[in-house]
Amino acid sequence: MKRFYQALSASQWLGAIILLLLLLFALLEAALGSADPARQALSQRLLPPSGEYWLGTDQFGRSNLARLAQAVRLSLLLALLSVTTAALFGVVLGVLAGWRGGWIDRLLDMLVTTVLALPGLVLILLFAAIVPGSFVLLYIGIAVTLWVEYFRLVRAITRQRVHSPQLQSSAMLGFGYGYLFRRHIWPYLAGQVLTLMAFGGGASVLAMAATGFVYVGLKPPTAELGLMIVELFPFYAEAPWVLAQPMIALFLLVLGCNLLATRKP
Amino acid sequence: MKRMLLKRLLQLLLMAWSIGTLTFVLVRSLPGDMAYRIAAERYGDDAITNAAADAVRAELGLQLPAWQHYLNWLGELLQGNLGNSLVSGDPVIDSLQHQLGFTLALVLGGLLVSLLLALPIGLLAGWQRDRLADHVSLLLSTLIRAQPVFSVGLLLIFLLALNIHWLPVAGFGELKQLILPTLTLGISMAAVSSRIIRNSTASVISSPYYQFARIKGLSRWQTFCHHGGRNIAVPVVAYLGIQTVMLIEGVIMIESLFAWPGIGHALSHAIFARDVPMIQGSALLMGVLFVLINTAVDGLCLWLDPRGQAT
Repeated sequence: MKRFYQALSASQWLGAIILLLLLLFALLEAALGSADPARQALSQRLLPPSGEYWLGTDQFGRSNLARLAQAVRLSLLLALLSVTTAALFGVVLGVLAGWRGGWIDRLLDMLVTTVLALPGLVLILLFAAIVPGSFVLLYIGIAVTLWVEYFRLVRAITRQRVHSPQLQSSAMLGFGYGYLFRRHIWPYLAGQVLTLMAFGGGASVLAMAATGFVYVGLKPPTAELGLMIVELFPFYAEAPWVLAQPMIALFLLVLGCNLLATRKP
Repeated sequence: MKRMLLKRLLQLLLMAWSIGTLTFVLVRSLPGDMAYRIAAERYGDDAITNAAADAVRAELGLQLPAWQHYLNWLGELLQGNLGNSLVSGDPVIDSLQHQLGFTLALVLGGLLVSLLLALPIGLLAGWQRDRLADHVSLLLSTLIRAQPVFSVGLLLIFLLALNIHWLPVAGFGELKQLILPTLTLGISMAAVSSRIIRNSTASVISSPYYQFARIKGLSRWQTFCHHGGRNIAVPVVAYLGIQTVMLIEGVIMIESLFAWPGIGHALSHAIFARDVPMIQGSALLMGVLFVLINTAVDGLCLWLDPRGQAT
């Protein structure tokens, strides 16, 4: 029990708990909540929180609880998908480039330079522009910008490990690639890759919110955090509590990821 | 120096190629009736004829086979020919020239604000390592970093423009209207760079050469000027290169939030209107800005720390 607790630092625990609570909120609402996030009731716009609408209603009288939960589910799903995809590609290709070297290394290096030649958000916006309002292209765009970091880190560490005496002795004793990777490379990668994944989660949540905010991401009536903020902004004076909700949810999501990513001192 | 410039030139070419390719995919994937729709927007609903639609199609090169169209597309791009906006029909270059000034004002202002905030805060936190000032600055920076740039901007609007009416909410033209956007950009960048300055300061101050300078009798100020400044600056400036990404991304969000008529605003509007030449032009200019700032940072790094030059 004590060892389990010590696996993470205090701030990492805080981050993990924030994320778990958000996940619980999003999933429980889906399982138990009855309100439809798209159902409008124009006579009940911008209501303050009440027994019927726990978090009030928005400018079309839609239940904010349902919309917020949908938006958080969407953000978490996107973060999970893009981070795992990026990490998978980054680690596999990074190990390949670091171990094999040669033309494959040069080719991948060229690819990485191309991705890095543009600021991430511009690339994501261009991908989002291909099919407006598409979740899949948003996901591809974010994964394409994220995998580069894993690749560079993994390639550098792998190169270093491949030339280490330990790995070379194991190789000369005749162990296979799988064993060499598990025994001599992965233990050095795991911690840093996990840190990058936590950071990447925050980055992808932010990226989706940014595309929603500049109005080129997902389209209404989808509940998406950035989109909700920009749609609710005109009503800040009448219903500040409604505008505050997506802002707080976004803040907590990113804070959770960033805290989870802090290294143990 | 030469190597660095060559690397940046390569980056410029790759950047142009990837934008060109993505916008090419974009233009080929426009829905089938796009030529008609653009013609309708340009000439009015009554005036569209097959001839007008064909003219639009020819302008976009949609009648050519894909590979030929692609080569033409990249060729035009290489010659710096960005074409005309599909919405207004004006040359893309003209509107970009107009917008560039606004974006540059925002970028320079934001950099200045972030420097003015991050330098004193970072130095103080580095000096007071693990004491109150350090903890407070870490907390503030964590809280700001957990928000997207536009949330920071919204909070500033609530605080400074809507509650106490000090500053105008949005718009452009007056200097006063530049304050909120630059403040937003500066604060969100300073949240990161103040921590970099803090780390760099803390490590320089606790280094043997710094301690020795103090022991041999230099005053605090002399030690800082001769042994501190430049050594602290090297990692900070190197990090500026990474922060350029933040800068450009921040500009896109802030221009959209404050209705600031710069390139980022043009980019998101063009994407919304599916105005492909305008998307290409504004993304390209953003990319050029990105590469230029990176080159300037590289140059500054070499000037501060010429040791790397020999290789």
